[in-house]
Amino acid sequence: MTHLPFIVSAYALGILVPVAFAVSAMVRFRSARRRLAAIDARPRR
Amino acid sequence: MQTSPVLPARGAPARSLHRFANPGRFLRISGRVLPFLSAAALVLTLAGLGAGLFLAPADWQQGDAVRIMYVHVPSAWLASFGYVALAVCSLLSLVWRHPLADLAAAEISPVGAGFTALCLATGSIWGKPMWGAWWVWDARLTSVLVLFFLYLGHVALVRAFDDPQRGYRAGAILALVGVVNLPIIKFSVDWWNTLHQPASIGLTGSPTMHFDMLWPLAVAALGYTLAFMAIVIARTRAAVLERRIHGLLMARAEAVR
Repeated sequence: MTHLPFIVSAYALGILVPVAFAVSAMVRFRSARRRLAAIDARPRR
Repeated sequence: MQTSPVLPARGAPARSLHRFANPGRFLRISGRVLPFLSAAALVLTLAGLGAGLFLAPADWQQGDAVRIMYVHVPSAWLASFGYVALAVCSLLSLVWRHPLADLAAAEISPVGAGFTALCLATGSIWGKPMWGAWWVWDARLTSVLVLFFLYLGHVALVRAFDDPQRGYRAGAILALVGVVNLPIIKFSVDWWNTLHQPASIGLTGSPTMHFDMLWPLAVAALGYTLAFMAIVIARTRAAVLERRIHGLLMARAEAVR
């Protein structure tokens, strides 16, 4: 395969960027849910 | 009192839009949709990238470097698509004061900036072996760089005010003004003599690309688009909870005072 380092770099970025966003969104949501459960005294339905 | 028959008709879209502005309803519906959307995004993106890497033929001129297209083109498409979504949310925010549109706009801009940066980076990686340069001040590249700065400007502006509503409003105005850049990006390769190639896929003509190259690109583009949507929905869900936390803490602070 020609230009392999260029192709590998592009694909690595192409996977890394969406995965980083997805993981950060998941961590942010879980953290917010935990904090909300700690301060919100309303009974859960 | 006599009522105008026009008034209910004008209010109707706003009412139906506000049906979906209820954060509880949004959390409930998005919670059901998100797992399927994420799974479809993952499968399609990996299938598209895998097919682009191993099944699609090499280009007769560019060799295997053309495989960078399967990352570059979807990210370029999403850079513009994300900005359209940002502009729509900004319009909903300014005209109908849709509360979820504010949050969605604030969450779209960092993701859009990320995908625009991915487009610029992969374009640069593709440009080096093909053009002999990482960057040229070509009309297409420069207009996409402007788009990247517009996204960054929106990210900064929305977070620049103590009162979030002022930030959302300022960001919405910037986003709507920036829409003028989208046709410039689209037609830059036709209006100016650019190093960047013209579009291979258009709405009016048939694609100037072999089907064996086209289908992995279509699958990758669909996968990335679903991934973009899933990321924005997941971030907006987190933002809804964070706003609820902020509201509760403010109410408690008021009660203590």
